[in-house]
Amino acid sequence: MIAIVDYGVGNLFSLASSFAYIGQEPVVTSDAAVLGKADKIILPGVGAFSDAAKKLRETGLGEAVITEAKKGKPLLGICLGMQLLFEESFEYGQHKGLGLIPGQVRPLTDIVPAEYKIPQIGWNALIFPKDRKKSKLYSGIAEGEHVYFVHSYYAANCHDYVSANCEYGALVTASVERENIYGAQFHPEKSGKTGLRLLQNFAEL
Amino acid sequence: MITKRIIPCLDVRNGRVVKGVNFEGLRDVNSPVELASYYSENGADELVFYDITASFEGRALFTDILREVARTIFIPLTVGGGINTTEDFDRVLKCGADKVSVNSGAIRDPKLIERAAKLYGDQCVVLSADIKRVDGVFRVFAKGGRENTGIEAIDWIRRGVDNGAGEIVVNSMDTDGVKGGFDLELLEKVCDAVNVPVIASGGAGSKQDFVELFKKLPKVDAGLAASIFHFGEVAIADLKQELKNNGINVRY
Repeated sequence: MIAIVDYGVGNLFSLASSFAYIGQEPVVTSDAAVLGKADKIILPGVGAFSDAAKKLRETGLGEAVITEAKKGKPLLGICLGMQLLFEESFEYGQHKGLGLIPGQVRPLTDIVPAEYKIPQIGWNALIFPKDRKKSKLYSGIAEGEHVYFVHSYYAANCHDYVSANCEYGALVTASVERENIYGAQFHPEKSGKTGLRLLQNFAEL
Repeated sequence: MITKRIIPCLDVRNGRVVKGVNFEGLRDVNSPVELASYYSENGADELVFYDITASFEGRALFTDILREVARTIFIPLTVGGGINTTEDFDRVLKCGADKVSVNSGAIRDPKLIERAAKLYGDQCVVLSADIKRVDGVFRVFAKGGRENTGIEAIDWIRRGVDNGAGEIVVNSMDTDGVKGGFDLELLEKVCDAVNVPVIASGGAGSKQDFVELFKKLPKVDAGLAASIFHFGEVAIADLKQELKNNGINVRY
């Protein structure tokens, strides 16, 4: 069973529909006990990092996600959910994340030239790092396939864990991976066939 | 590199697509769900649904249909029409919309954009403006283009972005329906004024119009159209091929 963590951040309808479409029966839950029983966990999220981190802390769901991930259970963070996997974020101040992947979340304006629009909104092509094996999440997905991004911040200083980049005036982290912990900056549930394939790959891990 | 987006727009009244479409292989050409799924599978980068229903019952029906559409498509979905309050935002977002487009609602209540952006994030709030030249000045029109608000358009858009609109749909009433190409003069002014994505609307009559749009105004992010897609005059796959042949980056 795939559990989608519901901690009051963002709309989980599309994500749940995507899993239903590929024949899964996801459970949207705010119950830490359900996360314990799940085979895999999805950490979604849109909005501000500090609010989301606070909610994860207050509900105890953040602690539950860390516990399950450390047991080796596959975890996929999506968009803000990916950013929350990191140690800290510099979005409006400095805030602690779950610390499951070393690195920081920094403003795109740090690396993206001024003429580029922030947030990055739209479809961008996946670029796989040449110095490592392709991630299992990209099985059946070719370099250059497009996925849908909406973000103003990005994962920085996490080179060893990058599984894909995109080009937006600079190389921007598109996805990360550390053993059983996965993160996608883009929205697989909004990325057409490519995104559905990625979710299916995760479901089949 | 980020791609230029092609966005079909569907007007829905009382749960049915107005005007319908002209495609082979579609059983029900007025079904929003079938059409959405058709576009989603045939290269559309995003969909816009406008609810032009007047009645409360019709609006509830639209909400049901929206949920059904959102369940079957896996590309971004923007919803507009009759969005006057943050409760309206909430209603359509819960049905699976990714972005909400405001137009007259923002004119009636200029704080709407700011409140919605705070609640749902800038990326969720699309400011759609119907614009027409009046005595040489670009003016914003309300109520589906029926009422001249007297507001100067470029300033209106700039203020909207300052208040948190994350994307702008520029609908030129002067070029809309003429099929003689997008309103490049107006679009250029908007692109110079703001640094959020700009979606061009009104005037597309051929593939060439999109090529010209993106070639002449590289800062425009997307082209939106209705009838040329619905009536099968331009197939999105062919349009993308044409754009690609002209060196414009698209998703295919």
